[in-house]
Amino acid sequence: MTALRRPGLFTTGIAQIGACGIFLLHILRALPRSLRYLRETVRQVFFVGAMSLTIIMICGLFVGMVLGLQLYHTLSIFGGTAALGTVVALSLYRELGPVVTALLFAGRAGTSITAEIGLMRATDQLDAMEMMAVDPMAYVVAPRFLAGVIAMPLLACIFNALGIFGAHLVGVNWLGLDSGTFWSNMTSSVDVWTDVMNGVWKSAVFGAVCTLIATFQGYTTPPTSEGVAYATTRTVVFSSIATLAIDFVMTAFLM
Amino acid sequence: MNATPAPKPDAAAVHEPLIRIRGLRTVLNGKTIFDGVDLDIPRGRVTAVMGPSGTGKTTLIRHITGQLRPDAGEIVVDGQSVWKLGRDALFDLREKIGYLFQNSALLTDFSVFENVAFPLRQHLKLPEEILRNIVLTKLQAVGLRGAANLMPNELSGGMMRRVALARAIVRDPMLIIYDEPFVGLDPIALNQIVKLIRTLNETLGVTAILVAHEFSAVRRVADHIHLLAGGKIVAHGTPDELARGETPWTRQFFSGEADGPVPFHYPAPDYARQLGLSA
Repeated sequence: MTALRRPGLFTTGIAQIGACGIFLLHILRALPRSLRYLRETVRQVFFVGAMSLTIIMICGLFVGMVLGLQLYHTLSIFGGTAALGTVVALSLYRELGPVVTALLFAGRAGTSITAEIGLMRATDQLDAMEMMAVDPMAYVVAPRFLAGVIAMPLLACIFNALGIFGAHLVGVNWLGLDSGTFWSNMTSSVDVWTDVMNGVWKSAVFGAVCTLIATFQGYTTPPTSEGVAYATTRTVVFSSIATLAIDFVMTAFLM
Repeated sequence: MNATPAPKPDAAAVHEPLIRIRGLRTVLNGKTIFDGVDLDIPRGRVTAVMGPSGTGKTTLIRHITGQLRPDAGEIVVDGQSVWKLGRDALFDLREKIGYLFQNSALLTDFSVFENVAFPLRQHLKLPEEILRNIVLTKLQAVGLRGAANLMPNELSGGMMRRVALARAIVRDPMLIIYDEPFVGLDPIALNQIVKLIRTLNETLGVTAILVAHEFSAVRRVADHIHLLAGGKIVAHGTPDELARGETPWTRQFFSGEADGPVPFHYPAPDYARQLGLSA
């Protein structure tokens, strides 16, 4: 009987996913009204996008350098170092760029969104907006959601660019690969529509998922300091799992 | 200049209470908060709702403002049944209500000026100069015109409460709800808030609901007090009537007795049995 009364981890998880789905419907319903707050959306693009640039650029550079180093040594076994640019670019555009950007975004911007909305909940700011006849879904949540969808593909593109630059630094400037070979193989093998755009679509979906989770966790957090702390942690954990799971599904469909 | 005279309010409507609550019943987490509460809030008066902690005073306010749905009963505000209103109609009603939160609930990213201007910016397309004048007028009323450019984290608790009050009155509401406005204030700040509430009521004739514990402050501003306990209104009357303490509830509450109709102990199993001292 106890097992029937107490919801287990699985039941709680399903309930959370369901609640998150309903929350998404509320956001979508509030989106037309949120267009009134275009300035707020632009401000949020700056906060979640531009303010994340440093970490995205630094990580992109190092991921590209590591990729260049590892792949150069692996390809050299088969005498295929000329393909370094191609392999690095395809890895970044198709998988690493969108996924690593989403993971970094969840850690940097997602936690910030959750903590901000959670504290607004804890200090009655969301209730105050409701009492001033301002819908917090339209004023607070929807602009952040939109900002995530807009900023993530841009961040992923910048991540990819810095990653390729990092691989070029290692492969060409350090290990002596011919620069013309690096670039020409890359440009002849990478297709804008199938490779680059796949990554862009993935990034947009990851942006939507990560900001959905972040706003949902912040909006529904218990109004205590412990509640906000747990919600912030859950944002990173759930966003990371969701990103990797959705990446697998999208890759299977987009291949 | 031929000004069109303002339409005279319907005499019957003026005498109708602004808020009429009938048969309110609420159960939260298995605990009965309200068990058939009937309550009228008259227009143009300051009505206080008092009661021990946890009796549902703030819950009552949340029912009135449409934030929390009761299990049963009807709440009519200005002729509109709150829980039959759609979202847009509810927001229209809320535009006529000013709400002073217990912890002020100022928007922390905005300056004092922008906090007070927020409701105006959201709902009215006013020229910046007119908006500025309205905001400064309200800040002057609460004595904080000089603090217009400060951020909320630069204010004391009393100042935050006064900014929140300026924000609550910035659209000249028909009803102001004060949720625990005196909590945590030093005597000077408390007196300032008491004076402001009284002045607002006397000069603007605005209806006010005051939820508070501090009887000494409440009796200076309230025209009428409802004492809420055990899920019901157990006493009501003017502050002087209730101060006489003619019922066990009023006697305990207004003289601050530790035990009485409101028990000192939270419901618990038998003490001796829980300590293992009885068979």
